[in-house]
Amino acid sequence: MLSQQDMLEAERHGRQVRSIYVYEAPVRLWHWINALCMVVLAVTGYFIGKPLPTVPGDSTENFVMGYIRFAHFAAAYIFAIGLLGRIYWALVGNHHARQIFMLPITNKHWWSEVFFELRWYLFLEKTPKKYVGHNPMAQLMMFFFFTVLAVGMVLTGFALYSEGTGLGSWADTLFGWVIPALGGSLQVHNLHRLGMWIMMTFAVIHIYAAIREDIMSRQSLISTMISGWRMFKD
Amino acid sequence: MTETFYDVLRRQGISRRSFLKFCSLTATSLGLGSAAAPRIAQAMETKPRTPVLWLHGLECTCCTESFIRSAHPLTKDVVLSMLSLDYDDTLMAAAGHQAEEILEEVKRKYKGQYIVAVEGNPPLNEDGMFCIQGGRPFIEKLRETCADAKAIISWGACASYGCVQAAKPNPTRATPVHKVISGKPIINVPGCPPIPEVMTGVVTYMLTFDRIPELDRQGRPKMFYGQRIHDKCYRRGHFDAGQFAEAWDDEGSRKGYCLYKMGCKGPTTYNACSSMRWNGGVSWPVQSGHGCIGCSEDGFWDKGSFYDRVTDIKAFGVESNADTIGKAAAGTVGAAIAAHAAVTALARARQKAGETEEQKGE
Repeated sequence: MLSQQDMLEAERHGRQVRSIYVYEAPVRLWHWINALCMVVLAVTGYFIGKPLPTVPGDSTENFVMGYIRFAHFAAAYIFAIGLLGRIYWALVGNHHARQIFMLPITNKHWWSEVFFELRWYLFLEKTPKKYVGHNPMAQLMMFFFFTVLAVGMVLTGFALYSEGTGLGSWADTLFGWVIPALGGSLQVHNLHRLGMWIMMTFAVIHIYAAIREDIMSRQSLISTMISGWRMFKD
Repeated sequence: MTETFYDVLRRQGISRRSFLKFCSLTATSLGLGSAAAPRIAQAMETKPRTPVLWLHGLECTCCTESFIRSAHPLTKDVVLSMLSLDYDDTLMAAAGHQAEEILEEVKRKYKGQYIVAVEGNPPLNEDGMFCIQGGRPFIEKLRETCADAKAIISWGACASYGCVQAAKPNPTRATPVHKVISGKPIINVPGCPPIPEVMTGVVTYMLTFDRIPELDRQGRPKMFYGQRIHDKCYRRGHFDAGQFAEAWDDEGSRKGYCLYKMGCKGPTTYNACSSMRWNGGVSWPVQSGHGCIGCSEDGFWDKGSFYDRVTDIKAFGVESNADTIGKAAAGTVGAAIAAHAAVTALARARQKAGETEEQKGE
């Protein structure tokens, strides 16, 4: 069963809709680049806080932490610029591109769908609903555990980066205020690391839910993020 | 007319040559370059000494101990004389009513001209009864003295952030100076204690240029607190190479590798220890083989162990570090997902079995 808005869209596409174009190319490209960045950031970030065992030899011949930090900063730049690009696409792209940036919290119907999805995941509903974009529950999770968190990670991350670039640098001018606001450098380091764990936990849920829905709700999810087309199997 | 700094010097038998050496040393340590040395000399020759009232709240006197051990012999003698340190209950000879009279006199005579240097902080609980001086709460004395001051210097972590007496649960409600005094320029010079040359440097700058040094977002002089210990640490090369001491007595520790894994707070601490060092440049914590404890950072007593890199977060009433919380969350969610997947598979299998039976029934 399709939701109301999606029904209208399905109607526009003709009655016998089997597939709908959902995710435009920039969204798909961003999704996978972003996923790659997150993996690099989480792994290198983990080892920045808890470094690898000491390397033997002269310090002039080794640059392990240097390379790890370089990878972290490079991925962070791509992640942040990607996020900006994604925000731009939310403005100019189709309405699905706006889903993870805005929650229709005043819409009662939307809330009822959130609870429907919750019941579905708790095995209290037998038949899943179908959605062209994210289901309302997924949208809610996406908004808080990706969009809001990602902005937080960019703020804290570049604030920490500004400590290296120094007072008066662009990073310090734009993000330096975050450090005293959150209670000092060490606290920001810790919160940034906590943010990493939350995001990784979310990633695990995200991947599981995508695979599960792909199988259970008889619509394509994983291939949709590759081809852009949502296929409905019945 | 108050005598100038130079008059005092000459009276004390210090040669002009020594005086000029002090001026260039001060100019260098302030990061001002050689051109500033004559300006400092001129200022000290011509300007009347600025009276300084040095107040002590809840503190341990480590700031004073540090200050009077400033490495350059001139700095110690001279800055003390130059300051015209009219009131400092630890160092002054006068006591009792005599001492308190000086306070009144300076306030009257140099209204808006004197500097208040505060060591320690006022406790606010029980109407400030936890720190009584001259029969009344320190907070009153602080407010009155600061009212007509030109500027206020908050010496050390106590005055700047609260330090140990403000550590949780802070029973006396010890409060940093900038949270009780407003409307005056306040310079935070954190550290437990601050580096002596930093203290004298700040004072010299203010007397020479008649203005307060450029401050960062937390009110600290940029010239001394603009960089982290980590940025200038001589062990930084080992950090970038990935060479760490993993225990206090291991090979890496003997070789002088980076103390990051031993919980060194150098990367999160803004201070000048790694460039100015202590005791006249003899050594400093990292050089002696112990990590930085971050004594010049806000609330450093409440930021978890001195010996962990990823320390406890106490912001939300939990006392657990990011990794513990993260691993617990990831583990719980992972287990929940496994269980959820199992139930899904089971429900699906049952549903299918039901469908087959229905078909059979038909």
